[in-house]
Formats: sequence, structure tokens, C-alpha cells
Amino acid sequence: MNLTELTIADAAAGLRRREYSAVELVRAHTDAIAALNPRLNAYITTTADAALEAAGRADAALARDEARALTGIPLGIKDLFCTNGVRTTAASNILKNFVPPYESTVTANLLRDGAVFVGKTNLDEFAMGSANITSAFGPVENPWKRKGDEQTVLVPGGSSGGSAAAVSAGLAMGATGTDTGGSIRQPAAYCGIVGLKPTYGRCSRYGTIAYASSLDQAGPMARTVGDCAIMLQSMAGFDPRDSTSVDRDVPDYSAAVGRSLKGLKVGIPREYRAEGLSTEIEAAWQQGIAWLKEAGCEIVDVSLPHTRYGLATYYIVAPAECSSNLARYDGLRFGERVPAPTLDGMYEASRRAGFGAEVRRRIMMGTYVLSAGYYDAYYLKAQKVRTLIRRDFTESFQQVDVLLTPTAPTPAFGQGEKMDDPVQMYLNDIFTVPASMAGMPAMSVPVGLGDTGLPLGLQLIGRPFDEETLLAAGSALEKAAAFTHRPAIRAEVAK
Amino acid sequence: MSLDPATVRRIARLARIGIDESDLQSLQGELNGILGWVEQLNEVNVDGVAPMVGTGHAALRIRDDVVTDGDCREAVLSNAPDVVGPFYTVPKVVE
Repeated sequence: MNLTELTIADAAAGLRRREYSAVELVRAHTDAIAALNPRLNAYITTTADAALEAAGRADAALARDEARALTGIPLGIKDLFCTNGVRTTAASNILKNFVPPYESTVTANLLRDGAVFVGKTNLDEFAMGSANITSAFGPVENPWKRKGDEQTVLVPGGSSGGSAAAVSAGLAMGATGTDTGGSIRQPAAYCGIVGLKPTYGRCSRYGTIAYASSLDQAGPMARTVGDCAIMLQSMAGFDPRDSTSVDRDVPDYSAAVGRSLKGLKVGIPREYRAEGLSTEIEAAWQQGIAWLKEAGCEIVDVSLPHTRYGLATYYIVAPAECSSNLARYDGLRFGERVPAPTLDGMYEASRRAGFGAEVRRRIMMGTYVLSAGYYDAYYLKAQKVRTLIRRDFTESFQQVDVLLTPTAPTPAFGQGEKMDDPVQMYLNDIFTVPASMAGMPAMSVPVGLGDTGLPLGLQLIGRPFDEETLLAAGSALEKAAAFTHRPAIRAEVAK
Repeated sequence: MSLDPATVRRIARLARIGIDESDLQSLQGELNGILGWVEQLNEVNVDGVAPMVGTGHAALRIRDDVVTDGDCREAVLSNAPDVVGPFYTVPKVVE
């Protein structure tokens, strides 16, 4: 049996049947990381020794019949979640030696349910990027290869690119991600896995390093819809330490997986048929529509007229919030310091040296749009357009239960492509940003391979707090697609 | 709207990010590229539209005014780049 190819659901059952021990399961993954991470760079920090100790405790719990939902399951944790005593960098030089003295709520919830953390996954610096090329710890390689092209290194997407690559290649059974404008869904699509961005407020932001606080939301990344449901069950829930956390019961997400779709109304927003949508993705979208129809859904054409303004709105709102959030990195209380004779000089030198080019660019952009004389023209205007974007969704959800769109306009692209112009890179998030702006839950599901043999993802967008419908429709797509393709570079092959 | 070099310097100063001459030119081009692109929002009529300041899913809560944390000075100081006794250090700010 190949332990790095199992689903979380199957592994949890196998552990209970004593087919293998948690130590064996975790060791298969830490061995795979040792073999493949030097190439893929999916992890910034690996914690094999601590993981094996935790696996030993998991086996003891299993022996006492005290196993919880994730007991003994090896997970990767995006290096944006603070983990007590384990270095947490946000993929930035300014935090390269930061060791949090506390645990984020999301990771504490996963630990409570028995999960074993095998390491901290790579990301774009402070989650700002769409290709995982802005990490101070180097880029991540997508484990997938174009058909007949073993040479070209593809990006895994971003910002949760390390999590996506790790899960895809079998270096973790699941991983946490965070999504501000598409950072869970787009890398999930590029790496052929499932990624779910919950409703804003569903998972606590406490202890997650902030980028744009009105958008940031944690969520699960795994190889199946069912595994995402298991992880979300653990991650979600009210937390008094996050003022935007919503006090609302967490439903039984696994019960929604496989639920009948008879009579479900699925909206197809015409504005997502945008310029630059590749023919292979258009074909996958049409296939997805046909599958949902076969599953008993009613297909309804809808219009979200402000879709095209989502990205420009995002690139005002998110930098504005980032300029405020990242003001805390002052070289004084934590993080790296570059000494200078004056206080301002120390701030400027520390921040010049500590932040990479994309982060500095976004901080400056945000500083400008919030500055006196420009606030109304840029920031206030963007907030008003954001209201219209949300209204589009609210109105369409009076007609339909869920929306189906492509996740990204193209499959994974090569490292070095789209890098000359920041705006070209931003366009990757054209289909994921609107749901983020509106705070709606959304999920990417792999539905097939494109012309070059790369995975393609479709996005489902749901009503606030209706992750269950996403899971139900996502599992129908998953079943119809029977997506069992695996990437060229993976643990099973490396042995 | 186009940013001149002096404005880019002023933004960097406000953001407390040091820049040198080689940064200046590329930053000016990139920021102007982004600003030119977001100009498209001028097409949108927002008359009478209220700004969205959050997703509005969570009601504001009032918590009891009690101490819930504390007695963790070592943890708080544990990541400081320079500490003297129980204090952070800064460059001299008083002439």
C-alpha cells in the first residue's frame, strides 16, 4: 500500500483498523519530503522529528480508542499561520527568525483534533502573489509537467503554492491555505487538487499573519472534496479573539458531500466568459455545466455586471489594508532590524532590506491610495465599487443556489512568464477576486486535463455560510470527472 | 494621474521604506502602470452607493472589560531584535 496516495478519509479508517500505524503514515510523508522538497521547495521549514513524536502520541490515542477526526493525519501548514515554538516566516526576510510564542486558532483547532504537522509550507511573501515566485525562500516548483516537456518548470500558483504543491505531490495529505483574492483556489486549480475558501468569518483569523484583513480567510486544501470537508469541520468555528469571526454553528460538512443535487439551481455568469479565457478552460466549463445538469441541476444564465471591475477594486483595497497591516514591521519589537543612527532611518533601512519588491510595491500603492488628497478618488471609490460587486452576488443568489465558473483563465504557466508587468500577473485572479471582495465562500475542483496535460479547475461560488452546497456540488463534479490523474513528480515515484 | 519622482519619494517616506535612485525609476513605472490600470473604475457610476467597509457578516460584539491575558513578558520580548533588561531598544530620539 502506498501511504502517500491515500485520502484523509481512507487513512483515518485505516488507522482505526490498525492497517498501519500513525508513525508509519507520518514517516512515509516525512521521507517523501526529504526526497522531494530539495527540488519542489514546497516547505520552508520541515518538522519531521516533532511530527514523528506526535505520531507516536497519535498511536497511543488510537490504542486507547480515543482517536479524533484527524488523529495521526500528516498535514502541511502554510507558513502564514503562527505555530507555537515553530518558526513562522510569511516567506519574508523580515520574519526569517520569528518564532511565535503562541498558536493560531486554526492550527490549534487542527491540533485539538489530532492532526500531525509535518512542516510549514512555502508561499508568496506575505501571501502577495499568484505564482509563488515572491517568496524570500525561493520559488516553488509545480509537480505537474506539460505533456512531453520535462524541462519547463511550472509555477504552482499562489499564494498558497507550497501547500498546493505539497498536497499534489504526496508530501502532505492536506494543507491549510489562506485566500485573500484567490490564494487557495488558483493554486489548487494549477496543481490539480481541491481548495475551499470559506465564507469570510467562518475560520478565525487569530494568529494568521495579516495581509488584507477584510478579505483574508483560511481554508483547507486536499486531494478530494470529502477531505476538504473533514479539514474544514476542524478549522471552522467561532473565536472571540477575532472580531470578524461569526458566532454560528458549524454544520456537519461531511454529510453534505454526495448530497443529491436534484432541483439545485446553478448560475452561469456570462461575464466570466472574459477575454483571454483559453479554449481548453471554456471546454472544461461546458463539460462541468453538462455534468451538473445530468446530476439533476437546473442551469440558469445570470449576470454579474461588475465582475470586470473586481481586480482593479482589489488592487486598491488590498494594498490599502496591507500598508496598514505591515506598518507593524518596524525592526523594533520583532522581526529583523537594520541598525541606523535615527529611528526613522532604522525603520526605512529595516523595511527596505526586509521586504521584497512586490511587498514594497503594494505597501507604497496602499500608502498612496490612503494619502490625503487621493483617499476619495481611489480608496473610497473602490469601497463603493466593492458594494456593487457584492450586490451582484446577492441579487444572483435570489435566482440561483450556486455559481459555476472557471477558477483561472489558463492552466499553470512557466516560471519567468508574466513577470515583466505586475498587472499581467494580477490578471490570474480575475475569476477568484470577485467572490473574495463579496466575502462569499468558493471552491476549486479539478475536472480534467487540458491540451498540454495540465490540470484544469472549476470554481463554485455559494451563498454566505453555505459551504455545504459547495461541497455537494463539488463532490458531484468530482464524481463525474473521476479525476485520478497524478503529477509527474510525486512521492510514489520518487521511492 | 501620473506619479513624478518626487511623489514616489514622498510615498516611500510616508511608508517608511528606504529607496535609492535605482529603485525610483522602476517603482515609478510600476506604480504608474497599476494606477493607469485602476483608472477603469472611473467608468463605474457610484452615485448614492455606500462604501463597503467589511463583509458585514459579524455583528460587532462588546466583551466584558476584564484582563484575559498577561504575565508573559518573556514571550512578548522573545522576538525583539535588541533588548536591554525588560525593554526594547531604539536609536537615540532625544537630542
